[in-house]
Formats: sequence, C-alpha cells, structure tokens
Amino acid sequence: MKTEILLAGFGGQGLLFAGKFIAYKGLVEGKNLSWLPSYGPEMRGGTANCSVILSDDPVGSPIVANPDVLVAMNLPSLDKFEKDVVPGGMIFVDSSLIERKVVRDDVKAFYIPATRLANEIGAPTLANMIITGKLIKEAGAVSYDNLDDALHKVVSAKHQNLFDLNKKAIECGYNYAD
Amino acid sequence: MAVIYSKPKSLADLQLHYCPGCTHGIIHRLVAQAIDDLGIEGTTIGVAPVGCAVMAYDYFKCDMIEAAHGRAPAVATGLKRSDPSNVVFTYQGDGDLASIGMAETVHAAARNENITIIFVNNAIYGMTGGQMAPTSLPGQVTQTSPYGRDTNTTGFPIRVSEMLATLDGPEYIERVAVNNVKNVKNAQKAIKKAFENQINGKGFSLIEVISACPTNWGLTPQKALEWIDEKMIPYYPLGVYKDRSAEKEVK
Amino acid sequence: MAEKVLMKGNEAIAEAAIRSGCRHYLGYPITPQTEIAAYMAKRMPKINGVFLQAESEISAINMVYGVAATGKRVMTSSSSPGISLKQEGISYIAGSDVPALIVNVQRGGPGLGGIQPSQSDYFQATKGGGHGDYHLIVLTPASVQEMADLTSHAFDLADKYRMPVMLLADGTIGQMMEPVELPEEKTSTVEKPWALTGTKMQREHNIINSLYLNTELLEKTNFERFERYKQIEENEVMYESFMMEDAEICVVSFGITARVSKNAIIEARRQGIKVGLIRPITVWPFPKQPILEAADKVKAFISVEMSMGQMLEDIKLACECKKPVHLCNRVGGMIPSPEQVLAKIVEVEGGKN
Repeated sequence: MKTEILLAGFGGQGLLFAGKFIAYKGLVEGKNLSWLPSYGPEMRGGTANCSVILSDDPVGSPIVANPDVLVAMNLPSLDKFEKDVVPGGMIFVDSSLIERKVVRDDVKAFYIPATRLANEIGAPTLANMIITGKLIKEAGAVSYDNLDDALHKVVSAKHQNLFDLNKKAIECGYNYAD
Repeated sequence: MAVIYSKPKSLADLQLHYCPGCTHGIIHRLVAQAIDDLGIEGTTIGVAPVGCAVMAYDYFKCDMIEAAHGRAPAVATGLKRSDPSNVVFTYQGDGDLASIGMAETVHAAARNENITIIFVNNAIYGMTGGQMAPTSLPGQVTQTSPYGRDTNTTGFPIRVSEMLATLDGPEYIERVAVNNVKNVKNAQKAIKKAFENQINGKGFSLIEVISACPTNWGLTPQKALEWIDEKMIPYYPLGVYKDRSAEKEVK
Repeated sequence: MAEKVLMKGNEAIAEAAIRSGCRHYLGYPITPQTEIAAYMAKRMPKINGVFLQAESEISAINMVYGVAATGKRVMTSSSSPGISLKQEGISYIAGSDVPALIVNVQRGGPGLGGIQPSQSDYFQATKGGGHGDYHLIVLTPASVQEMADLTSHAFDLADKYRMPVMLLADGTIGQMMEPVELPEEKTSTVEKPWALTGTKMQREHNIINSLYLNTELLEKTNFERFERYKQIEENEVMYESFMMEDAEICVVSFGITARVSKNAIIEARRQGIKVGLIRPITVWPFPKQPILEAADKVKAFISVEMSMGQMLEDIKLACECKKPVHLCNRVGGMIPSPEQVLAKIVEVEGGKN
C-alpha cells in the first residue's frame, strides 16, 4: 500500500511539522517513507507545503503531484491543489479559515474547524495537529496507536507541556465528528 | 677568523632568484632571523603568495605551502585552525594582499586570526613586469599607467596599515622600511614582535614593509633606496598603527 | 543494526562527515544547502571541531586547502553559483594533491539562476571545472541514506587517492527527509607523510604546491596524476542496475531523476515494455562498461536528467554511439515527472515497432 499526502497552507501554520510527525509515525510503524518540503525565499507567511509518502515498498520519487490525501489550511492551497487529488482521494479542509466547500464530487471531503478547535482547547498554534488527528482517523495511512513514540521524535522531552498539548490536539481532531 | 655574519638557519642555503637591488632578500632574512631567534622553525608553516615571492617556499626551511593569488590569509586560516599550536605566517606583495586578496586580508584581520602577515609593499607588480599596483603612487609611471598614475581614472593608493588599524579585530599593525640600516633594525624588531604576538595568542599581526623594486621602478639599486625616502615614506609614513596590548598597558 | 532516524539529506551529510572524522568545516551561506552549515555550526564547537563562516566561497575553499594541507579531514559545501567561485581553489587542491570533500547541492543556472533543484553542473563537476587537466571523483546520492553513506565513502576516497572528491547532490535530496541509518564512527587510516605538521626539526620541510615552472616536471606530474585517475576508473566505479536483465530500453539517470525514472519504469513494465535503469553513482568515473555492455542488448538509451543533455554526451561516449541516446529532461529547477519519463519510454518503444 502507498499513500501520498500533501499538506499545504501558510508558512507558520506548522504544516511541515505536521508532515514530520506523520513521517515519524510511519517510521515507528516500519514503513518506507519520504518527506519533502517546498522551499523558497518566503520564511514566514507565504505558502508552504510538504509532501509525505508512506509506502510498504521503497519510495521512488518523493514528489507528490497527485496526492491521495490533501490537507488544505488556507484557501489558496485548496484552490491550487484540489484539482490534483486522485479520484477517490481525500481532502481535509480547515473550515474555520476556508469558507468554500470542495467542488469535486469524486473525492471525499472533511471539514474540520481546526483553528477554532485549537483555540478552544487552549492550543491556538496547533490547528495543524488537530487536522492531523482527523487525517489519522480517516486516511488509514498511519495508525492511532503509540502516538507517544512518534511525538517524542518531534517534540523535545524538555517540553513536556508542549508534548501534552500536541497529543491533546491530535486526540481532539481524531474524535471530532463533522 | 671571527664570524660577524651568518645566514639565519631557517633560511635555505640557496641563491635567491630576486633581481639585483631588490629588498625581498633582506625581508626574507628578517623573517628567518625571527624564526631562529624564537626557536620555532620546527613548528612554523609559511604561506607563499603569487608574485615575486612565489617561490619563497623553497627558501624557508620550515613547512611551506603555495597559495593562489590573494588567498594566503584564507589558507593560513585553515592551517592555523587545523593546529593552533603551529606558527603560521604569510608573505605577500601589494598586488596579492591589497588588490585581489583584499577581502581575505580584511576579514582575517577582522577575525583577529592568530597569524602573522608580512606585507611587502613596493608599489608595483614585479613578477608580471611592472604593472600598476593598488599602492602605486599618484603620478607613478608603470607599464599599465605609462603616463603616470592618473587618480581621476585609477583612483588613489590604498594605505593598508591605516585602513586595517581602524578595525577592532587586529592586534598589531606596523609599517616599516628596509632602505637603510636603522630602518632594517626597526623592521627586524617589528617582525619578531609579530611572531611573538602569535606565539602568545594575541592574534592578527601585520607588518607592512616598504620595499624597493629597482628593476620595475627603472632606478639603480641606490637610487631606489633613496626613492623610498623621497616618495614612498611621505605617502606611507612609518610607525605603529595599532598595538592593542600596548594600548591596554597605557590605560 | 543501528536505529534509523529521520533526517534531511543535508543534515545526513553533515552528521556523516562528523562520524567520518571530519572536524573542519569552512563554508559560506547559499540556498539550498544551508542546513549543512547550520548543523556544523551547532555540532563542531561541542566536539572540539572548527566551524568557520568565511567571507566568501573563494575564501572558504582556500581555508579548506589550508586544512587539507595539514592532512586533516576537511569539507566545504555550497550550491551551484558558489561552486563556480570555488573552482580556482579546487584546481589548486587537485594540483597540489591534497584530499578534501566538496559538496554541491545543485540549483538551477546559469548565472544566479534559481534555488530549485538542478543537475546542470554535471559538466563542471565531471570534466574538471577549474583550469588545468584534473578530475574530481564525483558521487551522486539518490537518497538520504546515500547522502550519508557516500559522504563517508568520499572521505576515504579522498585520502586514498590524495585528491578532492565532490558529492554532487541536488536541492531535492538535500531538502527531503527519509529514514537513515548513520554510518559508524571512523577516522582516516591513511598515512600522510606529506602533510604540513611542522618539521619538528626531524625531517626536511614539506612543500604543498602546484607551481612547476619546469615544463618537463609539470608534464610528469600530470602524467602521474592521470595514472592515478586510471586506477580510479578501474577500481572505483559505482552504479546501480535496475530491471536490466531483459531490458530493451535502458534509462540512464542519477540522483533525484533516477528515482523519478524508477516510478516510470515500474509503470512501463506494467504496460509490458521491457525497460530498465542504469543509475551511475559515480559520474566520474562514469560507468562506461555496463553501458557498453547494455548497448549490445538494448535498442536505445534514454538520458533522464535535469540539464540540457550533459550526461547524454557521456552515455554516447560510453556506448560508442552503437545505439541512439534520447533525452528526457526538465531544467531551471523543474523536475521531470514519472508521466513525462513514461511518455518518453513509450515513444522510444513505439519508434522501433
């Protein structure tokens, strides 16, 4: 099985971080994987995206042109990448920031008010992880078990508080029913 | 018979290739004498430039390396950072140090790189046959300023010692000359101090040595030495431009 | 087996270099390789190593020359425009026969070009780059694991043959993360009696130099150096052969485009096209022999590269023009897609039917 994931939004929304967490989750589960960021002169505020491929076989090209799963955390990202998703694929939309719905009817769309939920649980910077929680539940690319193992790889043990918050955000997204 | 003069031990017993009347030979001797006096031949690594002194690597008996044009301070930085217990010096001319290698010079000084630079300023490119140097004097006739250096089109000479002394980085900057006995004696002291500073971990020391190039100046050796007094030193006054340790003592 | 960690390609280079005994890194910032410098800046001070940000690429490579002359393992890294600036120093390092590692995480050119991935420094890397007759050993990683492994290998090759080695990567492999098993700690095992360590008054002085005004002597050093290069061509070629057993079309590609090509090849096989891949891992020395052998079996070669067909010339030379060599490329920071490569394979297949 192979899942190609594209996470896109503004720089600073933590999409590269979310991608890294998913990649580590795959690593812990013994999958083959790649993580590839877009890189450019915009350090903050511009568009940022990263591609994650999880696969049972070795990963060939790390570039994701037609994702099985798209996470869109701002409108420009949804506008840009909606058409690229494979038929039957999934799109995860931060509905607190994107008002419009997914136009295509051959993909499965999930609307999560991630930014609002993040504020509600006291983790305003972790909308990325809320949407990741939902992705884990619906996409089946990685499992929900042993979150701690992967989370420890991306959040330093020195920041226990941050670790707990990240976990809370993932759980929040996982349990969110739209 | 009493020996009143002998070559420094760290200077190879070879015939130097420099032109008659050229003062590179004196400066080589002063550097070798300093190395002898300080007993550092076995731990010294020298960096030869591109220019008349390009083959200096044959003349000094310590380990030597030949650098690309202007890059000696960068090469010296690598040598010194690799083993700070060694003593590293560069020997560079005005084209090498003040033209193509200006960036390397300024930044090594700014970093207070713990190296010693012997900067030979004779106001001309010698090896390539007498072209205008960044230190050529206004009006000076060279192969590439045949009507005299025109400051309207070629700008002005660079006073390297004064310029580097404005930086916070360097430890010690002094300009000396080797055109008479008194000046040679002063130069000897300055060069030795520049090595001592390095041994004592004080940092970047540069000695600018005003040197004669009779061949390309078109003068006899004697006239060339006089030309240093008449033309060079008025534009490039001798003296200590920076001595951080001495400044501290005064304070 | 050591635990696999997730790392960016650039970081894997840096960590592998440290584990290979490299304690001197001299560089100058340029995208997309800055992670290497950042990693070194963080780690070197903690392991008694030296990280130094030079005032220019020119200075950085000459600092490398200085450290290399003392016999210690040393490296610099840059990206295309910066590598151009380093060429003078690289020529001196080659001409003085001292070992060093130079990493080029390529970006699009010419001129300031762009910052997206490219392979258009192929000629520069494999044909000399600076002035004079010389070669670098050029290694082309296609994964983060190879970024680490080939870095480690590069230091050994540099020491063994007393010469500069280039790791020729691209922005994609540099920026991507993959699981990597880091190489074992090691140090140089090669004796370096030529190194500038100070005579300690116990030997004649060593001279590191590339100047030979005696023409006969300069000719002799060139001939001798090329004898060494011949040994390297005989002993150090590295390549991967993928699905070549029954292949009728041979794709040749290195680095990121080789990975893209594999996707295309797997799909083409599904469609019944017999196609395989030769992936040069060393592009100098170039894997001439496997390509010449393939020339007798396949009907065509396809060079997939992110340049205007630079490696294509080496394929033509290697196969002695026995079979046509087609080009499938993107340039300027664009990466060929598996679909583009597949279309080329289908086109070449169809052309003979």
